[in-house]
Amino acid sequence: LQISARRMDKVTIFDITGHIDLANSPELRKVLLKELRESKTPRVILNLTGVRYIDSSGVASLVEGLKAARDQGLRFILYGLSPSAREVLQLSRLIKIFEVFENEQEALA
Amino acid sequence: VCHLALKFLASSNRASPVYRVTAWIAGVSVEKRGLLFDLALVSDPHLLSVVRAAIEKLTEVAGFSPPECRAITRAVDEALANVIRHAYGSKLDERIEISCKKITREIEGSKREALEIELLDWGAAMDPEKLNPRSLDEVRPGGLGLHFIRDSMDIVERRRVEGANQLRLAKFLSEKESIKDHQGE
Repeated sequence: LQISARRMDKVTIFDITGHIDLANSPELRKVLLKELRESKTPRVILNLTGVRYIDSSGVASLVEGLKAARDQGLRFILYGLSPSAREVLQLSRLIKIFEVFENEQEALA
Repeated sequence: VCHLALKFLASSNRASPVYRVTAWIAGVSVEKRGLLFDLALVSDPHLLSVVRAAIEKLTEVAGFSPPECRAITRAVDEALANVIRHAYGSKLDERIEISCKKITREIEGSKREALEIELLDWGAAMDPEKLNPRSLDEVRPGGLGLHFIRDSMDIVERRRVEGANQLRLAKFLSEKESIKDHQGE
């Protein structure tokens, strides 16, 4: 799993590449929670274009990220969901609690 | 007879973080036994991606649609993650076996093909209390794996057999694919 951050004026975008599963979801959780605690931008966006697979532990990390963002009064946005990632969010009925966009342009709008 | 055998590194040493994958695909003799794929691995989460790749390809070859391939792969991945976390308490070097077979069942007068996947581990017995998925109305992390397994598969059966946990998952091919298969016999 590769995670890199692009920090702009009012937005931090995390570019995530790889599969999010039991082997690396703790790392994603750690990075997200640290960033959200220290975030100086009101909006945090996850670019999931390079993520082909998310398992239930990955979904749990995203939910924790969302909760931490809400606690800080930040927006937590996802974009670029693969069919597999979209399916797990739909199956868990969690897709409705996230702000989900197709691409970066829409996420930044 | 087209008989392709793939062997990736042979070792069944339970103390070693190496794994063995042996697959037979499309051999007639194998077809008769129903066995498509046999795999043994250690309980290291880093191997989950290896298993997913193998299962996804196998489901494609078996004739499932892309959403079905993803669903079966997800079910096996979540089941393995449960074994690693709960049966083996996240120990990295315990043995897990996966066996995939093609089976045929008669449903309402017609023969239907299915892919059966059996997982075996020798870890702690599953607590029946923990086998009930949580309500999806709760927005909280965790507890989703069982939902994904049950939602993805037609048959989900668990048994404790001689110190082993056996999980049997099966997914039926669409009627169209099953008919195509039987015409080809």
